[in-house]
Amino acid sequence: MSSGLRRVGGALPALAIVIVLVAAWELYAASGEVDSLLLPAPHEIAQALWEDRALLWDNFTVTAGEVLLGIVVAAVAGLACAVAIHLSPTLRRAVYPLLVASQTVPIPIFASLLVVWLGFGIAPKLVIIALIAFFPIAVTTLDALAAVDPEQRRLMRTLDASRLRTFRFVEAPAALPGLFSGAKIAVAVAVIGAVFAEQSGSDKGLGHLVQQAVPQMLTARAYAAVLILSAFAIALFGLLSLAERIALPWAFESRGGRSR
Amino acid sequence: MPEVTEAPVEEPRPVSAHIGVRVENVSRSFAGRRGAVEALRGMSLRARPGEVVAVVGASGCGKSTLLELICGLQQPDAGTVAADPAVLMPQRDLLLPWASALDNAALALRARGVGRERARAAARPWFERFGLAGFESARPAALSGGMRQRVAFVRTLLAGKPVLALDEPFAALDALTRQEVQAWLAQTLAAEPRTVVLVTHDVEEAVLLADEVVVMSPRPGRAVATLPVGLARPRRRTDAAVVALRERALQALGAAT
Ligand SMILES: Nc1ncnc2c1ncn2[C@@H]1O[C@H](COP(=O)(O)OP(=O)(O)OP(=O)(O)O)[C@@H](O)[C@H]1O
Ligand SMILES: [Mg+2]
Repeated sequence: MSSGLRRVGGALPALAIVIVLVAAWELYAASGEVDSLLLPAPHEIAQALWEDRALLWDNFTVTAGEVLLGIVVAAVAGLACAVAIHLSPTLRRAVYPLLVASQTVPIPIFASLLVVWLGFGIAPKLVIIALIAFFPIAVTTLDALAAVDPEQRRLMRTLDASRLRTFRFVEAPAALPGLFSGAKIAVAVAVIGAVFAEQSGSDKGLGHLVQQAVPQMLTARAYAAVLILSAFAIALFGLLSLAERIALPWAFESRGGRSR
Repeated sequence: MPEVTEAPVEEPRPVSAHIGVRVENVSRSFAGRRGAVEALRGMSLRARPGEVVAVVGASGCGKSTLLELICGLQQPDAGTVAADPAVLMPQRDLLLPWASALDNAALALRARGVGRERARAAARPWFERFGLAGFESARPAALSGGMRQRVAFVRTLLAGKPVLALDEPFAALDALTRQEVQAWLAQTLAAEPRTVVLVTHDVEEAVLLADEVVVMSPRPGRAVATLPVGLARPRRRTDAAVVALRERALQALGAAT
């Protein structure tokens, strides 16, 4: 079987699950057990997707921009934190607990404060997305840096490598898979972060659209927006996985062929 | 035996060496979960500059620990270790999985700040010598165990240190490749003497390559016999003197265990 066919074949189980779930949902909605304002039927959502496509698209581009920029900021911040903490035991003691603490900040409260400080533009959204998305990136990268074989470090020492060259030739490349793992977690939370941020002070974006649609009884539209957000997160995740395979082929090969 | 082509362009130059390796009455133990593990107790070993000393001993008797002490990667609990700058060829090859075979070998030079192209150029001739030509750009996952060991060996040579601490460097090679690489090592050392401490579990290999064979006791390890080899090179495994010495070393090893 060609690898293309196999990939399509691999997606079949997921597709089957989705079809079964949607069918069950449709039946449940048709049974009249639940108000369609609370839970619209799949066909209603599909209808909203089509009818509101211009509105949804405009708001999607806003949210997508926030998420993409936010992830870039998060990746830079997360990477910088990981490297700094890795290279300095003092920073590890001083900063690592603060990183953990940063994840306990209740976003809705903080978001309102940010609106006061930074206004309604993109800046407060980027801060919130970066705040929640940098953490998985920092932690997975840091763990990957720490997981480098100590024997490998000692080998570099007998080769007279400085701390910096050991980092450059051994630790940094070894940490790249960790960076990608963190980024994959980050895309999902970044989308949630964007919705939170928009709901705390914005006049556009899919998060804002959801917030508007619910009180207007346009539940199907809200669900359509959520669907788009999910699809976006899946697409980003898939792109990252693809980029990882292209950038780090060695992480996927072992004796006897490809392993994952 | 394969023919020597021309010498590699950038032959590593060992810095001036005067101590060789001197290990005197060294003890080393490790704190384990169930009390301390004594790896070495009263271990002594002497390798004069340019000498090849082979170390044989049972598994776990502290051979790898001894090499790390010589390379300054560990400190002894008691006794003294004095050695010229030493490079370790670890028991596991520790090749970088993302780097090509050539870059893995060139790492020894890159680690000291040599530029990428110069380091590669210096490593390339050694690939010819060790039968690795054509595999320069292969990643370690695509190499056989023996090839990986040879790449690690080239990396060790390129470090340009006066002392080589080799931890079972040829263990993963088949008998034929092993003979070939042993021959290369003997020739490389003849052309450019280095002090070598060679840990091996192959007594014959020890007798073929070394000026002196040190037999260690089981843990805690110490030297129980030192056999000077003193045979002219090149040696063949079928030489009567080699066979006799191999038997003596095996006996000493048997008596120790
Ligand atoms: N870092 C360490 N921590 C704890 N114990 C150690 C450590 N290094 C070595 N040891 C112990 O010291 C002893 C000697 O180990 P070493 O690796 O030097 O043996 P070896 O002679 O090289 O064995 P082999 O021939 O199997 O490679 C072993 O019992 C080992 O468990
Ligand atoms: Mg060992």
